[in-house]
Amino acid sequence: MRDIAIVAYHQSRAVADAGACNEVEMIMPVLNEVYGQVGINNAQDVDFVCSGSCDYMQGAAFAFVAGVDALGAVPPIKESHVEMDAAWALYESILKIRMGSAESALIYGFGKSSPGELPIVLSQQLDPYYLAPQWIDTVSLAAMQARLLLEQGVITERDMAAVVSRSRRNARQNPNAQLAGDISVDDVLAEETYLSPLRRVDCCPVSDGAAAMIICTEDKAREWGVPYALIRGIDHRIETHHIGMRDLTDSASTRLAAERAGVGDGPVDVAELYAPFSHQELILARALGLGEQTDINPSGGVLAGNLMMASGLARVGEVFNRIVAGEAQRGVAHATSGPCLQHNLVTVVEKA
Amino acid sequence: MADQQDTITGIDVPVYLKYNFTAGAGPARFLSQVKNGKLTGQRCPRCQQVYIPPRGSCAACGVATEEELVLPDKATVQSFTIVSIPIPNNPIKPPYIIANLVLDGANISFIHLMSECVNEDVRIGQRVQAVWKPEEEWDYSMDNIRYFKPLDEPDVPVAQIGKLPVSGWEGMSDA
Amino acid sequence: MANLAAVVGIGQTKYTTKRDDVSIAGLVREAAQNALDDAGIGWDDIDAVILGKAPDMFEGVIMPEIYLTDALGCNGKPMLRVHTAGSVGGSTALVAASHVQSGAFNRVLTVAFEKQSESNAMWALSNPQPFSTHLNAGAGGYFAPIIREYMRRSNAPDDVGIKVAVKDRLHGARNPLAHLQRPDITMEEVKESFMLWDPIRFLESCPSSDGACAMVIANEELAEQSAKPPAWIRGVAMRSEPTMYAGREEVNPQAGKDCAADVYAQAGITDPRRDLDCAEVYVPFSWYEPMWLENLGFAPEGEGWKLTMEGATSLDEGGDIPWNPSGGVLSSNPIGASGMIRFAEAARQVRGDAGDHQVEGARLALGHAYGGGAQFFAMWVVGADKA
Repeated sequence: MRDIAIVAYHQSRAVADAGACNEVEMIMPVLNEVYGQVGINNAQDVDFVCSGSCDYMQGAAFAFVAGVDALGAVPPIKESHVEMDAAWALYESILKIRMGSAESALIYGFGKSSPGELPIVLSQQLDPYYLAPQWIDTVSLAAMQARLLLEQGVITERDMAAVVSRSRRNARQNPNAQLAGDISVDDVLAEETYLSPLRRVDCCPVSDGAAAMIICTEDKAREWGVPYALIRGIDHRIETHHIGMRDLTDSASTRLAAERAGVGDGPVDVAELYAPFSHQELILARALGLGEQTDINPSGGVLAGNLMMASGLARVGEVFNRIVAGEAQRGVAHATSGPCLQHNLVTVVEKA
Repeated sequence: MADQQDTITGIDVPVYLKYNFTAGAGPARFLSQVKNGKLTGQRCPRCQQVYIPPRGSCAACGVATEEELVLPDKATVQSFTIVSIPIPNNPIKPPYIIANLVLDGANISFIHLMSECVNEDVRIGQRVQAVWKPEEEWDYSMDNIRYFKPLDEPDVPVAQIGKLPVSGWEGMSDA
Repeated sequence: MANLAAVVGIGQTKYTTKRDDVSIAGLVREAAQNALDDAGIGWDDIDAVILGKAPDMFEGVIMPEIYLTDALGCNGKPMLRVHTAGSVGGSTALVAASHVQSGAFNRVLTVAFEKQSESNAMWALSNPQPFSTHLNAGAGGYFAPIIREYMRRSNAPDDVGIKVAVKDRLHGARNPLAHLQRPDITMEEVKESFMLWDPIRFLESCPSSDGACAMVIANEELAEQSAKPPAWIRGVAMRSEPTMYAGREEVNPQAGKDCAADVYAQAGITDPRRDLDCAEVYVPFSWYEPMWLENLGFAPEGEGWKLTMEGATSLDEGGDIPWNPSGGVLSSNPIGASGMIRFAEAARQVRGDAGDHQVEGARLALGHAYGGGAQFFAMWVVGADKA
């Protein structure tokens, strides 16, 4: 199959509240940035556009329709949308290029989570008859998962604290991060628990913002004459919604997706993992078979800033940035959806 | 223990979620002006078309709009419908007329109510003007305009709808 | 070039106002199982699932693929959820097809659904937001002024919409799955029905339905081995434009014209009325038949209504280009599934498997869906032959 090149990536700074900005105003500057990176004018200059967003973030049906207003879609364009993280919009776009109906694609994701109470909103993605009426929020579910890991001795609280400490430290180099700073493992452990055993710092912040990427065939990348990285593998898998039927201390779907995407076919210099909770990074690193040689979440990951519906795409973007900067040869990006890592997507990106 | 129970075919599970909406920078400018009784549109720097209410961008060009201009409260009927069914959460009782109206000087229509008219006489190209609420009731809302009512002006030819200058239809025919 | 792909299995539920005997999971499962049975395969033969539905707010379940994976036998497989407003059923089929056409998958299941009885779509569509006037009057309130403008431009007689309303219900009466079963409907009855959004009458509007539609799409090799005749996918196209922009042509949207031109070019169609045998087109309000006849190039601009009035689109009148032989959206409307039903019904026709609403000898058919403010379009052309 044809290799797909990533040629441009940009994201807005993760902020707790984008204030007066509406979605279009949030998306447009990010799009302009990626257009600039490859020297094109607007979405008319790519063959396909695909976006990811969620109506319930904004609290209005058809919230994604506003996104089209940012594209300059006159004359009409080839465009589609997933009600998922934009990492899955990337997946759809890759299929379009591989089937030969596009040479290039623009992918963007956006979320303005600040208008609602995200963990409560997300409780409504659970089984509508048995679980959603109980309003079980996503943080509580993650806390149960963390407790299993701790009680089974798979990880320690110190391991979780180390994830948080490294995230904050790495985020100091990331101008887009919302949370960054020097916080030692002991500092983390000294904090009160929030939803036991999770501390507030174990949980990702909720951020407003958007991210955009342009991908294309290798020929097109050479024509544009811009630095690029290659997507060597991409796969995603979902597992049962019944939490009681899953081994929450592992991520079987990540393991499977990693195998299919070929993560183990070479050394992994860098990995960006969509782990909204510190313990989930530990689960994911194991499921992906990552070892000491891999720099995990050099951006700080989503614990440092979480652009809902764009964070998965942002992970791919972060790996792309490291590779074109020459800091890494080969990297892995991960995206997730659903409670306790139910649905996972893995992308392998390599130096061209 | 009752072995025989009625089959449950549904349960009511109300979902209440609270949101703090933001209108956006462009619309917020419009709303703060409409509170003062002014209708403020924005012009696209690329195609020069005037949007009202503005959304901060030109959807056709995909670029931000910044230049503002105050428009009169006279408009032309681009099309309309007479709504005869009640709509959930809609306080207005049917039958009522909603129309796509284009303000003079604007290039795009918005939806508003029409009243003080004979339903059968409403037509495409008809001239209308805003009837405002009393000033003390003005808020950050298009509801400051209660509805639009017919004007005693000749109809605008369909080809001209959405292309009138700020001076209006009569202003144009004078010139 | 894209790999060849074909529809090898189709499953639907009986469309009805309220399916209170099944949950949402039960509804999608039923359609999916029917599609697998039709294809003569089992759950293990499916490599990925592609799910579509209209806004999550219709049922109040956020990202329902998360919850529906178990019902759709998707555990351990890829699951993708598409949402492109009313066109979603069509777009979902296209995204599913791309899984096979890209060579990445051998055989996938695609499902679209809506359980309108568990929601209030009118509320979800008119959800009041601060700052805006309370004028949102549902989809009919949005489309009625556009229809009025079409009537003005085309000088079409007032009863064109009435004729379509009758024709599609008579078609629906041939289709046991159709929600509305009105073999006795008359022009007079439609004319006398309540005027909801002038000029749209009650009987000129689509119903609210519960239902799901599913298809199995397979690669060339598997399709050739399938028990029943495959429907070969001969062209796929999508187009989008913004809802509102200055100077937008709302009656005859450019996105629809471009999308049709694209899909016809792929399928080698130069004259759609002549080259196609039938079409399943998204007509939620009766006047959209003449409007789309023009938009899709079956008639010159301003003359679509003449085809309708001549009976060209009617199965019962022996028309040369039957539109919506299944009864269309006017007979069944589970919103998120309505587009996929159009695509699936087009496939049924070229498989020669459409029962009493079969268009005799159909070899090439168009499936069409649109959504939003008639701004999102999805179309495919399917054929009994590979090329």
